[in-house]
Amino acid sequence: MNVIEIKDLTVEYQGIRAIENVSFSINQNDFLGIIGPNGAGKTTLFSCMLGLLENYKGEIRFFGNDIRKSRKYLKDIGYVPQKPVFEKNFPITVREVVKMGMRNYDEKKIDEILQQVWIHELDHRRIGELSSGQQQRVFIAKALVGNPKILILDEPVTGIDTQSTEIFYSILRELNKNQNITIIWSSHDLDAVNRLANKVACLNKTLFFHGISDEFFKNPELLKQYSESSMQQHMHHHIVK
Amino acid sequence: MTLEILSFGFMQRAVISGIAIALLCSVVGLFLVLRRYSLFGDAVAHSSFGGIAAGLLIGVYPLWTAYIVSLASAIIITKIRQKFDISGEAAVAILLSSGIAIGLILISLSGGFSMDIFSFLFGSILLVSTEDTILILALTGSILIVILLLYRELIYSTFNEEQAKVSGISVEKINYLIVFIAGITVVTSIQLVGILLISALFVIPNVTAIMYRRGFKQTSLISISIAVFSVVAGIMLSYIFDITPSGTIVLLSTTIFAITLSIKSTGLIAKLTA
Repeated sequence: MNVIEIKDLTVEYQGIRAIENVSFSINQNDFLGIIGPNGAGKTTLFSCMLGLLENYKGEIRFFGNDIRKSRKYLKDIGYVPQKPVFEKNFPITVREVVKMGMRNYDEKKIDEILQQVWIHELDHRRIGELSSGQQQRVFIAKALVGNPKILILDEPVTGIDTQSTEIFYSILRELNKNQNITIIWSSHDLDAVNRLANKVACLNKTLFFHGISDEFFKNPELLKQYSESSMQQHMHHHIVK
Repeated sequence: MTLEILSFGFMQRAVISGIAIALLCSVVGLFLVLRRYSLFGDAVAHSSFGGIAAGLLIGVYPLWTAYIVSLASAIIITKIRQKFDISGEAAVAILLSSGIAIGLILISLSGGFSMDIFSFLFGSILLVSTEDTILILALTGSILIVILLLYRELIYSTFNEEQAKVSGISVEKINYLIVFIAGITVVTSIQLVGILLISALFVIPNVTAIMYRRGFKQTSLISISIAVFSVVAGIMLSYIFDITPSGTIVLLSTTIFAITLSIKSTGLIAKLTA
């Protein structure tokens, strides 16, 4: 069953196309890894899906409904950004941050989620005092506490050490397998996407590939094309900079 | 001695109004400080000076005209920040000086400074009437109820606007609500410390409380305690030593800030919260 459908999505910033004619759908319980070089349009795609960017051509449907018509779908979405921006000295504890993700407070549920993401011992610490890896687990807890059907993660392990990254991945796997949460996750780590995701979407402004993970990773020709196009984009990114 | 002072009707009204204003300013001020709107209170208060002068000129109760002008300026600051490429602090500076300029022109038109104007500039908590006290209590109660009802939305959009939007919160409406509440709070507080010292009530207790490195709720409680203590002790001391209440209140909270700063520099707060 389709939970998300994206049709002919095109996004332009000041005359430059960030995304061009992208169409694909995501099934319930999919673990979709979105890969692509810097500037490929991954964050732009997520911004459109989350209603943060509305100036796009095409159509995005969540649970069959056009997201431009109603924002109600957001209550079923959990979102973990790449690096959440907040004041380091903001006076807020881990428990208070997680609580923000909940409409009806339930302390027991917060305890359960904190245990699930292995941060229950830090619940009274201020979030600004935690490491980046621990902070990302707080944000995943905040996303989970609202009982989302879909979890969207934008390069969530950027700048996080290997051990914390592995803990983070095992949490994602558990959520997808045992709690049937559909996961959409963007990453540069092809090895991790190969290990975790059952579907892959390669984005480089246009959609280069979308399908079963194995079909992509076991096809040397596709992998070669992907790395060449990534390299071109990488070079372009640096020249433009 | 304390009981004796509190037996006077004007002192009772001053203390009750003072506690309500202290509570209101520290709760609303925490959101302003965390949103880097620390000077917002100052800008709205200074622009309300124009409203007060207009009220005195046309013979309307000055605080009513001040409410209208301060709410209009609060909305103008927010609009300027949103629509134009002008920083918040620049918008605050423009409005702050324009408000004073309009006030000065209106005052000169009405024949110069009067005692009334001075009481608005420097506060006159010992002169609050029973009607004023009821108004202050009603406004404090209403604003605190709104804050409690929208607590999640207010704290979420202050912490991270983008994430608040993704969770379905109408961040733009919440931003307007905060400046609206702050505008009303500023004018309500003018009677306690006056236009010139108003931002001290918003900023000092909250900046001090944040240094204790606690969560949001505890920081808010620490800030309220500092504000209420400064106001009550300030009113009492000002009566005993026959000095101005507004200056005493602000200096007391500055003293607590200085003490906290010295404790912080010893590393004691960090050790206790580690």
